[in-house]
Amino acid sequence: MIDTLRLTAEDAISLVERREVSAGELHAAYLGAIAERDGELHCFLRTCDEPHGSSIPIALKDVISTKGIETTAGSRILEGYTPVFDSTVAARVKAAGLSVLGKTNTDEFAMGSSTENSAWGPSCNPWDPSRVPGGSGGGTAAAVSAGLAPWGLGSDTGGSIKQPSALCGNVGLRPTYGTVSRYGVVAFASSLDQIGPVAKTVRDVALLYSIIAGRDPLDSTTAELPEVVALPEGDSLAGVKLAVPKQVADLDAIEPGVRAAFEAALDQARELGAKVGECDLPLSYRYGMPCYYLVAPAEASSNLARYDGVRYGPRVAGATFGEMVDHTRDAGFGPEPKRRIMLGTYALSAGYYDAFYGQAQRVRTLLIREHREALDGFDAIVTPTSPTVAFPIGDKAADPLAMYACDLLTIPSCLAGLPGLSIPCGLSEGLPVGLQLVGRQFGENGLFRLGHALEGAIGFDTVPERLR
Amino acid sequence: MSWEPVIGLEIHVQLKTRTKMFCRCAAGFGAGENTQTCPVCLGFPGALPVMNRRAIEWTIKLGLALDCEITEHAVFARKNYFYPDLPKGYQISQYDLPSCIDGKVLLPTAEGDRVIGVVRAHLEEDAAKTVHVGGRTGRIGGADASLVDYNRGGTPLVEIVTAPDIRSADEAKRFLQLLRQTVVELGISDAEMEKGTLRVDANVSVRPEGSDELRTRTEIKNMNSFNFIARGIEAEVERQIGVWESGGAVEQQTYDFDAATGTLTARRSKEEADDYRYFPEPDLVPVEPSRVLVDALRSEVPESPAARIRRIEPALDLERATVLVTGGLDVLWDGTVAAGADGVAAANVIANTLVGAGVDPGAAPAAELAKLVDARERIPRAAFDEAISKLAEPGFSADPYLVQDALSDTDELGPIVDRILEANPGQVEAYRGGKEGLLGFFVGQVMKETQGTADARVVNDLVREKLNA
Repeated sequence: MIDTLRLTAEDAISLVERREVSAGELHAAYLGAIAERDGELHCFLRTCDEPHGSSIPIALKDVISTKGIETTAGSRILEGYTPVFDSTVAARVKAAGLSVLGKTNTDEFAMGSSTENSAWGPSCNPWDPSRVPGGSGGGTAAAVSAGLAPWGLGSDTGGSIKQPSALCGNVGLRPTYGTVSRYGVVAFASSLDQIGPVAKTVRDVALLYSIIAGRDPLDSTTAELPEVVALPEGDSLAGVKLAVPKQVADLDAIEPGVRAAFEAALDQARELGAKVGECDLPLSYRYGMPCYYLVAPAEASSNLARYDGVRYGPRVAGATFGEMVDHTRDAGFGPEPKRRIMLGTYALSAGYYDAFYGQAQRVRTLLIREHREALDGFDAIVTPTSPTVAFPIGDKAADPLAMYACDLLTIPSCLAGLPGLSIPCGLSEGLPVGLQLVGRQFGENGLFRLGHALEGAIGFDTVPERLR
Repeated sequence: MSWEPVIGLEIHVQLKTRTKMFCRCAAGFGAGENTQTCPVCLGFPGALPVMNRRAIEWTIKLGLALDCEITEHAVFARKNYFYPDLPKGYQISQYDLPSCIDGKVLLPTAEGDRVIGVVRAHLEEDAAKTVHVGGRTGRIGGADASLVDYNRGGTPLVEIVTAPDIRSADEAKRFLQLLRQTVVELGISDAEMEKGTLRVDANVSVRPEGSDELRTRTEIKNMNSFNFIARGIEAEVERQIGVWESGGAVEQQTYDFDAATGTLTARRSKEEADDYRYFPEPDLVPVEPSRVLVDALRSEVPESPAARIRRIEPALDLERATVLVTGGLDVLWDGTVAAGADGVAAANVIANTLVGAGVDPGAAPAAELAKLVDARERIPRAAFDEAISKLAEPGFSADPYLVQDALSDTDELGPIVDRILEANPGQVEAYRGGKEGLLGFFVGQVMKETQGTADARVVNDLVREKLNA
């Protein structure tokens, strides 16, 4: 009997390599878990019956194009769309012998922080199914927590990997911008989108990162990794310097329980030998959100223009070409993409460009500089990943600004293009709290070492209490 | 009051790279509809553009040939609008930071070189081809259906924008001839208007002679030959002068030129101005060519057509020099003259006989041609014409043709000339009445009678002598 709830990807791989379990048996075990628990959680939009690889399965967020497997990005406008090509990340995981287990739920076009914006209905948090799993990659994060997949890939524009990992109690990495190819991943905001792993352990995340990272000739914005990915070892943080942004102390949005778990994690770090100091990110916390909500919708308004009913996806008839496009987009897009298309179209309009999009890009340059200076003399910036624990489904659905605030702590480093790792650091009200570690550009290996040592000391049990 | 036209041109040149601008699909004509497509040029979700290195290099090369500054930091932008020929909902095009700026083209004229400024040359991707079925206008509005062939979509295009420095329709035509020749010689495009690999729009306004104001301009599109461009501009200049002189004002408008009727039709004006919401394309990195690359490309740029016109003009005249250079004939001319032929005679033979016979000037051996030019009045016309028509054949030698003697015996030719004059009393009378241009007619008749074997010079003298007798 395979205990998918506890099995790490690393252990699963060694089971297969030692021939104790076949790839087929492992695949079947996860499909069994899905059959048992996904009716309640709704993590998967579709599953694949048979493994095609020789190794273990993987769950892919539904924004990741998979040849021959419907890919909808959580939107009706891509209903029935089956890619004729694999995204680079899908091709790389397949080349590593991994089998696609299924496609996981996401907010429509990865726009959201709860999966409630999915056209196919929300996913639920395995720790408490009345609550959201976070988003947009809530499907992958909840699946990993509930033992429905050993690991998975998500995409992160302003927090869509880190925040759901925090809310579901697992590990998620948003890599340095440009280390993982975006080719074939349904675009939301091109200058921010990054693909990254979600798993139960930092070592699993590092392993999956090593499979997907590296320059891709099909994505001009990718770079060669300056050093090979190293699986982290050891439990000491001697000589490590962590920085807590001054501004965190004044953020009222951070729940007391989250703050307590965060402080406890800092104490653990000190016990392992780390020094915890302070850095200053005034512009990042003041202007990060508004900057993000100009850049991301602006790019989205352009990226989503291709969904016009001409070449793929559903088409709603109209008397003229213009009417057909209007009807198709009106029926195909949900409220959140429509809101962002409008915001972005406005921000790019003649006469407003300089004041909005142009200004946001200048702010972004300042945030990059501010982060570089803040990291001077430190190994990582640490904050809670999310200001709150998982909130009840429906709680923020009617209030876009409250929903946007979920990403308050994750957005600044996304704008700066820096890697961020979220690891579980405790519970608040019985729900997981995430710790965010932000490193330098290409500093993933350092984050892995830090995260690995900390997760060992914290000893968080990733299996939701109600499923133990 | 006399009026001065102010004309600027926007020229699109389709590059003949093997593959498209942002994907590896084959570029070019002739394949079945929608067979040269892939996820990138069809705008599938997640597909990303990757720049075609050759297209970038060719654009820089063209910029250098147009005496442009090659920018160290060029940026592709997205031009956003909805149309079925635009699969992504935006066109990727250089916008505020193009690869080539501030160039110029010299236009040799009898009064010295005219300088036509080149504001910019930038790289972009072409749209797909649409055919609107049903409806009366062939336009998307009112059509029953629109069919799209994405083969052309994503082909690299260079857009060249001139300053409003052109002052007449004829000057526009001559500028385009020089520009086309430049492009063809760089080997970067076939630049054929009929095939759409060269497309030209003209911006036209007029102003009182001597003034330096810029009045409202109109745009003329849909002109598919240099002659139509000249006619379209002429028609628009005339129209605008009429508007101003009748006390009206020219309005900003786009016109289609109908070559069949020579008329301009205003396009339906849009209710609101276009807002393309340009922003830097986040899927691409800036184009930052190294100095080494630019220098290497510079060394590959041939001498400009204008410089070559000026160089060979002294041996000929401006008109002949221009014809040779813009016809791509001057290299052969250079060789023929170097091999000893007379310059003017060689120019005439090349520009008339050789081109008329459809001979590829690039494949014609200059030394053999020089022999023929030299012997052209000695050997029978028919032999000369035949030799020219076979000039480009492999292993061609002029020698067999040179030994053929033309019929130059006046005793033999005299009776023939007499017969021709007798058979055409009306023309003889007209000639003697002052229409001396008829001389050629009689000479032609004699040449026909002798099947081209007569020495044209001798016939010429003989006919004149007998007519003047």
